[in-house]
Amino acid sequence: MSNIPEYNSITAIVIGCSVGGLNALRILLQGLPRNLPVPIIINAHVAADGTNLLPHLLANQCCLPVTEAREREPILPGRVYIAPPNYHLLVEIDKHFALSVDEHVCYVRPSIDVLFTTAAEAYREHLLGILLTGANNDGTQGMHTIKALGGQTIVQDPTTAEADIMPKAVIAMGVADRILPLSGIANTLREIATLYDT
Amino acid sequence: MEIKCPTSNLQDKLRIECIEINLFLEALYQRHGYDFHHYAKASIKRRIQALAKAYEYTNIADLIPRILHDETFLTATIARLSVPVTEMFRDPSVFKALRELVLPHLCSYHRLQIWQAGCSTGEEVYSLAILLEEAGLLKRTQIYATDINDIALHQAEDGIFPIAQLKRYERNYMAAGGKRKFSDYYITNEKFFRINQDLRKHIVFAHHNLVSDGVFCEVQLVLCRNVLIYFDTNLQRRVLNLFHTSLARQGYLCLGTHESLRAIETANLFKIVDFKNMIFRNNCETI
Repeated sequence: MSNIPEYNSITAIVIGCSVGGLNALRILLQGLPRNLPVPIIINAHVAADGTNLLPHLLANQCCLPVTEAREREPILPGRVYIAPPNYHLLVEIDKHFALSVDEHVCYVRPSIDVLFTTAAEAYREHLLGILLTGANNDGTQGMHTIKALGGQTIVQDPTTAEADIMPKAVIAMGVADRILPLSGIANTLREIATLYDT
Repeated sequence: MEIKCPTSNLQDKLRIECIEINLFLEALYQRHGYDFHHYAKASIKRRIQALAKAYEYTNIADLIPRILHDETFLTATIARLSVPVTEMFRDPSVFKALRELVLPHLCSYHRLQIWQAGCSTGEEVYSLAILLEEAGLLKRTQIYATDINDIALHQAEDGIFPIAQLKRYERNYMAAGGKRKFSDYYITNEKFFRINQDLRKHIVFAHHNLVSDGVFCEVQLVLCRNVLIYFDTNLQRRVLNLFHTSLARQGYLCLGTHESLRAIETANLFKIVDFKNMIFRNNCETI
């Protein structure tokens, strides 16, 4: 069993990051075990007009399949999904992806708040939300919703983050269950994988 | 189709909101005939929440008496439920592909008819008109640009856009293989730029609802980008059939770059021309 009993019932993980996110994601995904029993859904702010290199860059770091989330695609365990550039990524109640080109939220699209809020409503207490380095307030509302619906939250320790505005905002709101450096978050992810081995 | 309501006792607020959304959509449908039941749930929910917030209602249920009794509220509601967000030459590679792969085939027609379904505030239809002009086709083309959002249609018809967007649009235009100066196509003042009358006169803007309205003419190209992502699979299928029937033999269909192919695969109505840019050709064998 896990040291943190709440993680026993986690069935999905969402990760949000902005400035400095690529390096942070590399570190987190490097150590992921092949048998991760839950999906990881990532929303990283990237340039809107460039092609999305993120799935390719991260796939090299990770033994799990990393792909851009596609509209209407069912969300499967053991997969890493990345929000496509210039679309909001949403999770439907029946655990499929949906996309939208609605207005920017917190000046960005894809917005972490949109992903986290809809994922929280779909997965409820079974969701783990992780917010990493970033330089705006996107994600704060989403983390709040995850907490309010009984899910778990982890925030990257702002002193270890390339940009500390995003993690600090969540901590200030009082919705961070745990504040950890990247190595600690990576350990947690491995721990969640081992929960299902026994 | 009902929105499935979660059952957990702890989540009363969400459960109630779910009921409210169903009731509101039903009121909108029964009172005005606009059927949003087959829109993708997560997005329509966010839009209804935004509508309630914009009118400072605490609960979504407060929208129900308003939509039932206030005639003037319908237009604003439709505008909010079909939030128009677009730009000129959005995804330049798509417009480049239309220029290189599609327009050369349309040259053989003496009269061209083109339909943009879901034209929103018009940025894409004017981009298309510029492509046609540069291919020497605009003079013999009639473009129909349709939407359910009357407020957006009026803006589209005016062809007036904020000057703050101009730089980005110009970059997009160049990336889409623009052959002239982008400034050839508009006039400006301090805050806005307006698309030239020469382009605007070839476009008819009209109200059309993809959920309930049918075929209105035969066209050689249908442009419908980032509209189907808001529909559920059944509604997608209906709309793809509508496009199939509206298109001439060998006519072209252009969808948004991130739209699901599932409905199209099932329907077998179209052949792939350019997968990356989501350009298809009508499969006339099934006609």
